[in-house]
Amino acid sequence: MKIRLLAGLLALGLAAVGCGGATVDTAGSSSAPPQAGASSAAAGTVKIAINPWVGYEASANVVAYLLKNELGYNVEMPEIKEQLSWEGFETGDVDVIIENWGHPDLKKQFIEEKKVAVEAGSTGNKGVIGWYIPKWMADEHPDITDSKNLNKYADLFKTSESGDKGQLLFGDPSYVSNEEALIKNLKLNYKVVVGGSEAALIKSAQQAQEQKKPLLFYFWDPHWLFSDIELARVNLPAYTPGCDADPKKVACDYPEMDLDKIVSKKFADTGGKAYELVKNFSWTNEDQNAVSDDMTNNGMTGEQAAKKWLDANTAKWQAWIPK
Amino acid sequence: MSTTAVSTPAGLRLPKWAAPAGVAALFVVAYLVFRGTGTLPHDKEAPQFLAVTDLREWIDDHRNDNPLFLYFLNYIRLFVGSLYDLFQTVMYALGWPGLIGVMGALAWLAGGWRTGTLAIAGVSAFGVLGLWQSSVDTLALVGVAVLLSLAIGIPLGVWAGLSDRARRAITPVLDVMQIMPTFAYLAPLALFFHIGAPAGAIATMIYSIPPAIRITALAISQVSPTAVEASASLGATRWQTLFKVHLPLARPTMALAVNQTIMMALSMVVIANLIAAPGLGGEILGGLSRAQVGIMLPAGVAIVIMAVVLDRTLTAVAHKEPHARIGRGDLAVAGVLAVAGLALIPVLPRTWPENLTVNFVAQVNDAVHWAESNWYAVTTFIKDLVSHSLLNPLQALLTSAPWWLVALAVLTVAWRVSGVRPALTALGCLLAIALLGTWEHAMQTMTTVAVAVLVTLLIGLLLGVAAARSPRFSAVQRPILDAAQTMPAFVYLLPALALFGTTRFTAIFASIIYAVPPVVRLVEDGIKAVPGTVVEAATAAGSTRGQLLWKVQLPMARRAILLAANQGIVMTLAMVVVGGLVGAGALGYDVVVGFSQRTDFGLGLVAGIATVLLGVMLDRITQGADRRPSPRKRKFI
Amino acid sequence: MGVSPDSAAIAVAGLWKIFGSRARKVLDSDDRLLDPAALREKTGCTAAVRDVSFEVRPGEVFVVMGLSGSGKSTLVRCLTRLVEPTAGEIRIGGEDIGAASPTRLREIRRHRVSMVFQHFGLLPHRKVIDNVAYGLEIQGVARTPRHARAAEILSLVGLDGYAEAYPDQLSGGMQQRVGLGRALAVEPQVMLFDEPFSALDPLIRRDMQAEVIRLHREVGKTMVFITHDLSEALKLGERIAIMRAGAIVQLGTAEELVGAPADDYVADFVRDVPRSNVLTLRWLCRDPEPGEPLDGPALPVTTIIKDAVGAASASSRPIRVVAGDELVGVVDRVDLLSFLSGADTGAGARNGTALTRAPRAGT
Repeated sequence: MKIRLLAGLLALGLAAVGCGGATVDTAGSSSAPPQAGASSAAAGTVKIAINPWVGYEASANVVAYLLKNELGYNVEMPEIKEQLSWEGFETGDVDVIIENWGHPDLKKQFIEEKKVAVEAGSTGNKGVIGWYIPKWMADEHPDITDSKNLNKYADLFKTSESGDKGQLLFGDPSYVSNEEALIKNLKLNYKVVVGGSEAALIKSAQQAQEQKKPLLFYFWDPHWLFSDIELARVNLPAYTPGCDADPKKVACDYPEMDLDKIVSKKFADTGGKAYELVKNFSWTNEDQNAVSDDMTNNGMTGEQAAKKWLDANTAKWQAWIPK
Repeated sequence: MSTTAVSTPAGLRLPKWAAPAGVAALFVVAYLVFRGTGTLPHDKEAPQFLAVTDLREWIDDHRNDNPLFLYFLNYIRLFVGSLYDLFQTVMYALGWPGLIGVMGALAWLAGGWRTGTLAIAGVSAFGVLGLWQSSVDTLALVGVAVLLSLAIGIPLGVWAGLSDRARRAITPVLDVMQIMPTFAYLAPLALFFHIGAPAGAIATMIYSIPPAIRITALAISQVSPTAVEASASLGATRWQTLFKVHLPLARPTMALAVNQTIMMALSMVVIANLIAAPGLGGEILGGLSRAQVGIMLPAGVAIVIMAVVLDRTLTAVAHKEPHARIGRGDLAVAGVLAVAGLALIPVLPRTWPENLTVNFVAQVNDAVHWAESNWYAVTTFIKDLVSHSLLNPLQALLTSAPWWLVALAVLTVAWRVSGVRPALTALGCLLAIALLGTWEHAMQTMTTVAVAVLVTLLIGLLLGVAAARSPRFSAVQRPILDAAQTMPAFVYLLPALALFGTTRFTAIFASIIYAVPPVVRLVEDGIKAVPGTVVEAATAAGSTRGQLLWKVQLPMARRAILLAANQGIVMTLAMVVVGGLVGAGALGYDVVVGFSQRTDFGLGLVAGIATVLLGVMLDRITQGADRRPSPRKRKFI
Repeated sequence: MGVSPDSAAIAVAGLWKIFGSRARKVLDSDDRLLDPAALREKTGCTAAVRDVSFEVRPGEVFVVMGLSGSGKSTLVRCLTRLVEPTAGEIRIGGEDIGAASPTRLREIRRHRVSMVFQHFGLLPHRKVIDNVAYGLEIQGVARTPRHARAAEILSLVGLDGYAEAYPDQLSGGMQQRVGLGRALAVEPQVMLFDEPFSALDPLIRRDMQAEVIRLHREVGKTMVFITHDLSEALKLGERIAIMRAGAIVQLGTAEELVGAPADDYVADFVRDVPRSNVLTLRWLCRDPEPGEPLDGPALPVTTIIKDAVGAASASSRPIRVVAGDELVGVVDRVDLLSFLSGADTGAGARNGTALTRAPRAGT
């Protein structure tokens, strides 16, 4: 019985792709099965990858809420990290990356070469990554915000994990990162210590603020934390276009980025109104911070926080709904 | 290691600890002299890593035009993917009423009202926890993986059970597979099968296949030889004997194989989320990357519930009275359950009603936060104590010692404990680790493992001895151990994370609570297996209970204790590697990074291989448990 | 080593079975003559059956007796090549078993030779009736006829009413009846019994032995019966082969074994057998002395000595021992009493008439 079933399936699969061999995108759940959606007449399923920081989740939840409740789509939000999400375009596991931070190399590979993804416009958010310290440290040591002087203060940042070097606290291993190269190329006496998550960064920053513990850490804007704690950015050598072309030779700061949306080619072609909505979605850093703040600090689920913001900003989102 | 017979010329008698002490002293001197030389510092840009990364880039570019992929690997991927889609479609079509009804009915048939009720409650719990869809995805993934494992594993197991030659060929492969930490499977699979559900299902299948093969082989080889001979004497063909004698007689034991396979699959299916497999793993890893135990806990609970329901159901099948018929009453109830479930599909809403879910994310987060702030002093003290008194010195020792000295030490210890061949294998693994460029991180991982094993063995021995000596304590402890061994490995990270945040110690703590139960059990059984007559004789000779323990029970349980150490080490390594997700760093973290940053893929894959080598090495060092009945008298100077 | 005419049900000649990877080499060298312990020491091989030859007549119950490790179980398995013999010739009903193709061999096992095992070898997951019908099932007999046949067999072996039971619900003796039924169901010409009753307790064993005797009377199959129990051998066997270390030490009727053991080993074996229960008058009778009255009661020469006591006590005259009409000899009370009291070692040994036919094998 079992064997016959398997053989049948295999035959089916073979028939489905003809005799020309199987490509990766023929596999995978390209034709998503009927989901446990709200109504049996759902317009389709949209898979929005969830990258591990709260700002991303805020945007994803707002879009997901509208897709579900205004357009009648099912939405799946699989936890997939940044770079794997791009591969998900190819396998059919991901339709939408709602907040993309640069990644010119991936754009080249997946949009230009493989042609499995397309850009779907800006999110309206301006993003910038940098090295931060609590503001009280900058007040105490005014010259610390220049990376040239960091070595002078390395002793301040020593921890049990960094040994005899200063600690530069990093977040999730999947985040965009030039840290190793920067430390090497700027000859800094520091060691990257991986906190493992956004939450670890936030917790350390809050402790640094409350207990006046020195901390140098990787962080980014937009983030609600800036309205909670005063932070000062450490200035690395200024960004010039192309200075980060070779990841091993980077010796300059991160650029300010227009965060944008990337969708799979298939979704762009067949996504209909859902694709339109994703393309139209655009909001400000403040909007996003409001939602992420609710999600992190006010005990709301993504859905609740999204609903709250949408209820308060009807005019904004109605402009996104395709006619 | 109780004796080292040093037969010295008459008149010059050295105490028996002299030789080991001398060797140890030599090593200390060598370390002090050569410290800091011959170290192999980690280099992220090592050519080995870059070569693998380039290979991956090449494969990614040619996945759709290279014949190997186009005509072979992608078909496997396609097949597994369609199977997953089929499972998922069927389960979604059943909806929650149908799935509860059908699972309840099956469990009821297998084990009567207890199991049936448990299954109904368990499956409903997926909905109540608000994790219906993820749970169903996980169930589908486990279903596909287990189905394929059995489809491949059972024939292989039958073959191994019937043919000694096949068994000899398969056993060493299975041995290595069972030492391989879960993480090591992911990168190569992503390489060949890309990411997503199919790759996750294949990884899970490979990980869970050893018990399917091993236990089937055992079941087949245990079939009464007379029954087989009787069948042959009546002129049955080999196939007739296989299908009419071997398989039916092996069936109860094979239910155990299915059970074990499912349990293994459940451990792996969570981790498969690292290569974008769907399901509860997403919630758990998502909680991890937000450091929110509140998100992880419901998913962890759902996994445990899934494990318990499937375990109880299959155990009921395995333990069924050989010819017990399913009672009419049970059949009726099961029928009603299934029919009611199916009939309610169109009536009830397709999604689990939201007002029936319980959301305790916030409460759990609050509780964890409370624990964090109130127990901060205690947990930090423990953490720092272990870090400063054990971890850091040992790590400094291992990473600053010349590589050849470490290799020599491993060779010496393995030789002493397990004999020549295991020692040479261990040495080979260590040298391979060095060649792969993962020396420093392997030494760091080994440090973590060593500390965790030390604590595990200490606790395990204490609890095991206590249980062996007090039946009452044993009776209390047994069910806890049973429950602990049903839980998927990953679940152990939760309490560790809640108490200790993301640090090296988190992984140590998790691996201790993961590895202690089997160690306790092996020690207890080992001591209890000491023949009653020996104990009686020793007691009759006037031994105190302490003398009895130290002079009779522990020495006679030596093999069991060594086996416990071996198991403890293998399990600890597996957990420490997974601990890369929660701050354990070193090899485990390299693997995680390999999936997170494309440029580090090579590092991740090589680190995965290094964990396997480390596992084989540690296993061989402690293998004396299996191979050596008693300590051999051997001089090594 | 000639093979007997086709009239024998089973004919075995020069059979060897050596276990071990170098079996062939051992057989071709003089090592085969070593005793088992020395052979194992030298080559690692075990000689289980060493140069065994015998014939079984159609309808005969032929018993092979020996202690454990004597090779008797291996011998019986060689007959249908459940254990592949190393050398020698086996014919069953005239057909060369060694030369049979696997298919042909299966046919022989299916239809001509069936076997009953020491540990029953029943299939616990099948009902009694399906166990009995197993042989028919693998022959491809349809369900209805095979169940009908199995039901007949069940009543033949005294298991009426147990068709729907499972083996583990039956006592050991009843389980072996199922095993017996399974072997009978395929209507074989030859039945092989491998210590079928040694796992049963003594009372049940006696019942089962009676059962086999009854079945043999009713169905008249040729039977080869392996046992390590001398009394069982004496009770069932028309002829008995005694094995030791893989070879047959002596082959003969019960009377021949007890009366004239071939060597000390056999003598030791039969020492405790109550001779009056085994030996016949042929063994005790002597030529009439001159003047002895020859009008006493006549008894056939095959009368067991024990049974002659009654006749002897009823008449004061010597018993005439006859074979048909011919007078073989006489036995008087004194002869009987001195035999029974154990003072006499046997007239046969004295005059050497009866046992000269006893074939000797092995050492």
